[in-house]
Amino acid sequence: MTDQPFSIDRDTLLDAYRTMKTIREFEERLHVDVARGDIPGFVHLYAGEEAAATAIMLHLGESDRIASTHRGHGHCIAKGVDVKEMMGEIRGKASGACKGKGGSMHIADLSKGMMGANGILGAGAPLACGAALAAKRRGDGGVAISFVGDGASNQGMFLESLNLAAVWNLPVIFVVENNGYAESTAMEWAVACDSYVDRASGFGMPGVTVDGTDFFAVYEAAGEVIRRAREGGGPSLLECKMYRFYGHFEGDAQTYRAEGEVENLRENHDCIKIFRAAVTGAGAVDPADLNAIDAEALALINEAVAHAAAAPMPGPEDLETDVYISYA
Amino acid sequence: MPGTITPIVMPKWGLSMKEGTVTRWIVQEGDEIAVGNEIVEIETEKIASALEATDSGLLRRLVAEEGDLLPVKALLGVLVEGEVSDDEIDAFVEGFVVPEDDDEDDEEELGPAYLYAETAAGRLRYTSQGEGAETVLLVHGFGGDLDNWLFNIDALAAESTVVALDLPGHGPSPTPIPDPSVPGLANAVLEFMDAADVGAAHLVGHSLGGAIALALAASAPGRVRSVTLVCPAGLGPDINRDYIDGFVSSASRRQLKPVLENLFADAGLVNRSLVDGVLRYKRLDGVTESLTALADGVFPGGAQSWVEPGLIAGLEAPALVIFGAEDRIVPASHADAASGATVEIVDGAGHMVQMEAAPRVNSLISAHIARAAG
Amino acid sequence: MARNLSMNEAVNEALDQEMARDPAVIVMGEDISGGTGAPGEDDAWGGPLGVTKGLSVKHGDRVMDTPLSESAFIGAAIGAACSGLRPVAELMFVDFMGVCFDEIFNQAAKFRYMFGGKAETPVVIRCMAGAGFRAAAQHSQMLTPIFTHIPGLKVVFPSNAYDAKGLLIQSIRDNDPVIFFEHKNLYDTKTDVPEGLYTIPFAEANVVREGGDATIVTYGQTVQRSLDAASTLAKEGIECDVIDLRTLSPIDMDTVLESVEETGRLVCVDEANPRCSIAADVSATVTQEIFGSLKAGVRMVTAPHTPVPFSPALEDIYIPGADRIASAVRQTVAN
Ligand SMILES: Cc1ncc(C[n+]2csc(CCOP(=O)(O)OP(=O)(O)O)c2C)c(N)n1
Ligand SMILES: [Mg+2]
Repeated sequence: MTDQPFSIDRDTLLDAYRTMKTIREFEERLHVDVARGDIPGFVHLYAGEEAAATAIMLHLGESDRIASTHRGHGHCIAKGVDVKEMMGEIRGKASGACKGKGGSMHIADLSKGMMGANGILGAGAPLACGAALAAKRRGDGGVAISFVGDGASNQGMFLESLNLAAVWNLPVIFVVENNGYAESTAMEWAVACDSYVDRASGFGMPGVTVDGTDFFAVYEAAGEVIRRAREGGGPSLLECKMYRFYGHFEGDAQTYRAEGEVENLRENHDCIKIFRAAVTGAGAVDPADLNAIDAEALALINEAVAHAAAAPMPGPEDLETDVYISYA
Repeated sequence: MPGTITPIVMPKWGLSMKEGTVTRWIVQEGDEIAVGNEIVEIETEKIASALEATDSGLLRRLVAEEGDLLPVKALLGVLVEGEVSDDEIDAFVEGFVVPEDDDEDDEEELGPAYLYAETAAGRLRYTSQGEGAETVLLVHGFGGDLDNWLFNIDALAAESTVVALDLPGHGPSPTPIPDPSVPGLANAVLEFMDAADVGAAHLVGHSLGGAIALALAASAPGRVRSVTLVCPAGLGPDINRDYIDGFVSSASRRQLKPVLENLFADAGLVNRSLVDGVLRYKRLDGVTESLTALADGVFPGGAQSWVEPGLIAGLEAPALVIFGAEDRIVPASHADAASGATVEIVDGAGHMVQMEAAPRVNSLISAHIARAAG
Repeated sequence: MARNLSMNEAVNEALDQEMARDPAVIVMGEDISGGTGAPGEDDAWGGPLGVTKGLSVKHGDRVMDTPLSESAFIGAAIGAACSGLRPVAELMFVDFMGVCFDEIFNQAAKFRYMFGGKAETPVVIRCMAGAGFRAAAQHSQMLTPIFTHIPGLKVVFPSNAYDAKGLLIQSIRDNDPVIFFEHKNLYDTKTDVPEGLYTIPFAEANVVREGGDATIVTYGQTVQRSLDAASTLAKEGIECDVIDLRTLSPIDMDTVLESVEETGRLVCVDEANPRCSIAADVSATVTQEIFGSLKAGVRMVTAPHTPVPFSPALEDIYIPGADRIASAVRQTVAN
């Protein structure tokens, strides 16, 4: 119920804000550091999309699992992956979450239930089905979330997973993060059905569409489908309509966008601004408290960058470790 | 008398040469070098050849080592006349700077490397070097291109304006050959002369280009001041049709290399780059068809279709015929039919005599042109 | 004058000229044109690295953006190929073969044989491969041996712009399915490329350097590294033949065998993982065919048996470098 933000207590609101803000600062800083040449490789930023990851993850515990995408920083932070380790990983440092071996597209922390960002589009969906199967067999009420972009929602792996999850009645939620583009290609063109709700019903599961820039809308809708999954009601599909503020990857000239598109997004569709206005407007939170969180988030990112910059690179002795648990 | 130091540098053989490998020093430090001595073997992308000394002196220092790949104009060694100390040589070597050899430089010094003439047969590539009053026009043979004159252009350009063209169907952007016959190609060359503003020229034709030059001299005497026919077709019926067929059909380096070895007395001159260069040309769309049509037009059934040695005697322009004694494509004995021409047979050279014995051929051509120009 | 083109320009030109020449040629892939359905510019991408930029402007709807569905569009390219078209489908990174491999190895590769010689499948699948781009484990693999393992596929891997254009045109005209690799680290390297169309036949290795003391066999990015090693070794008096295989299936073993018969020493350099690699394949064939000519054990210089690491510190030592190649040659010569 979108107009009932007060169903969430003040501390949770502040936590949600802190998570969103941390993601935003993380991504804004990366944008700068990539341009400066400090970051190797492909980097896909989640800026603009923070409300979805944050609102969904508030419903999860550490034992619940998520399968992320190539645009995974927001999912990681919201799922509790250490920000310093993330920053180290993105710089290829030994201090990184994956000891520098994975990079931005492969940050994972299974102890936090984060099964990995993924460089292969659609590959997370079957994995989430597997995690859901494990939870179901354990019978502990655990769920798994598969994040998928609008583009990747056209992958065979994803579509097969919808069917499998329905057939096996798995506690899995397919979250379609629909930001309108797959690289430069418009979702409107590439996804042939009118709505993801239709697609979900074609696979025999409920589907919901929400405004992904509205934290509360996502929170409510996610709460509902996750509760159903935990109670044995099976899989659902949740479409979050959202916007990415930056290019597909850092370095994308974005000529496929309309004139003024990004400026308009930042001005009128910024999920953090919208959240801030809602909670302060309703008097639920004092702006000064949010300002304090802004400062904390910035400090956290600065510290993470300093830590990562100072950390050593892995050495030659690390090249051939961790291929197997044992190879004998 | 204070001594003089003369550098020996990496030569620039042909327009596209940027670097060369020193494969073997023929002379040693301490040798007395005379002009024309072969001093070092250089391998370029196109061909291996010996560098001949253009200066004389005592070879005091070998700077380049065998195996070194060096840019054009890089220092290879130091020649000295008179009294020069080792320290002075050290200082010279130390301070030697390889002059820039980039494209812009070339254009300033030599004019643009390649020019193009629009003719009825299409766009033909050519080069023009030198600024002499007399113009020399170089016409290559079957399957060749203007780079066949790699070792001749610069030498001849010292005294003349040298123009070398790619015949229709040849070169890096070959156009179709409208009329694959000797008179047809002679006409194409005449049209080229019009398009490129070449008034009257000393024609030098190699192989099939020799026949073309002869036909042109006979049909357009006003445009031809002398003719030099290098291992020319057109003087007799024989042609090594196995070579021609092998050239046309070979698709790989392994097939083509033994074919090309027929062109030289010293088969060792056919290096990888030379073969690659020919393969590069042969792989272009349309080339196999063009060459097949040309071979069928000029060498049908394994014999030359255009045999007109009698034309030489009737030419207004003086004629010189040069053959490599070991020519395995067109027999040197065809020179016997060239009555009215001066004949020179160069020992130890094959069909590509202008490459294999470049200094000798260059001086024969220069002298012939000088005589003709009066 | 040399007409220097980078490898990405050479690939673009080959596609452009073949499309102009043959109306049956179509080109498809994700964002291969880019901006489809979006409010901004058309032809917004030309593929993630801009290799196909401009083709859709010249050739219109014969350049097709696809939904993010490799299994479907790679399979459709294969189906179209045995129905009269000559599709060139771009898989983007070869790592993505995982999601569409059935269409490649169970379908395209087998039609000819399985249907008793009655099918022709003139499809080209272009893909980027190789490490050194900081693109991590799922965007940096070579995977060449997986394709060469499969009868019915042809596998092409140019090391320079000239070869890329000639081999791509040959691939498009070839009537069998061809996997055409493009090493992303080579896109910017330039060579002299003729303006016109030309083809380079398959199964013709390129001897890029002649030496006589040892033979280095390789392909792709490690060709230049092998040449660098050969230059270093030449200063020590060791002269190497360096052979660029150019096509991995069919493979020109004759050129390799001829060289090793003369040198008696073989170093196989492969950026792929070592097990069942092209290096291993060449080593085995040489050992089987001309064991008597070998003066020393064959050596392989390959990536380690690990995924491609992300960290630049690790990735740089992952790819066989000139130093490792040179020391392998020294070891064979010492024997
Ligand atoms: C199997 C596979 N195909 C293609 C790609 C290349 N690729 C990476 S991201 C992307 C677009 C993804 O769009 P979408 O799923 O909407 O996610 P978004 O980037 O918008 O978050 C593509 C095509 C890939 N990584 N994996
Ligand atoms: Mg998207």
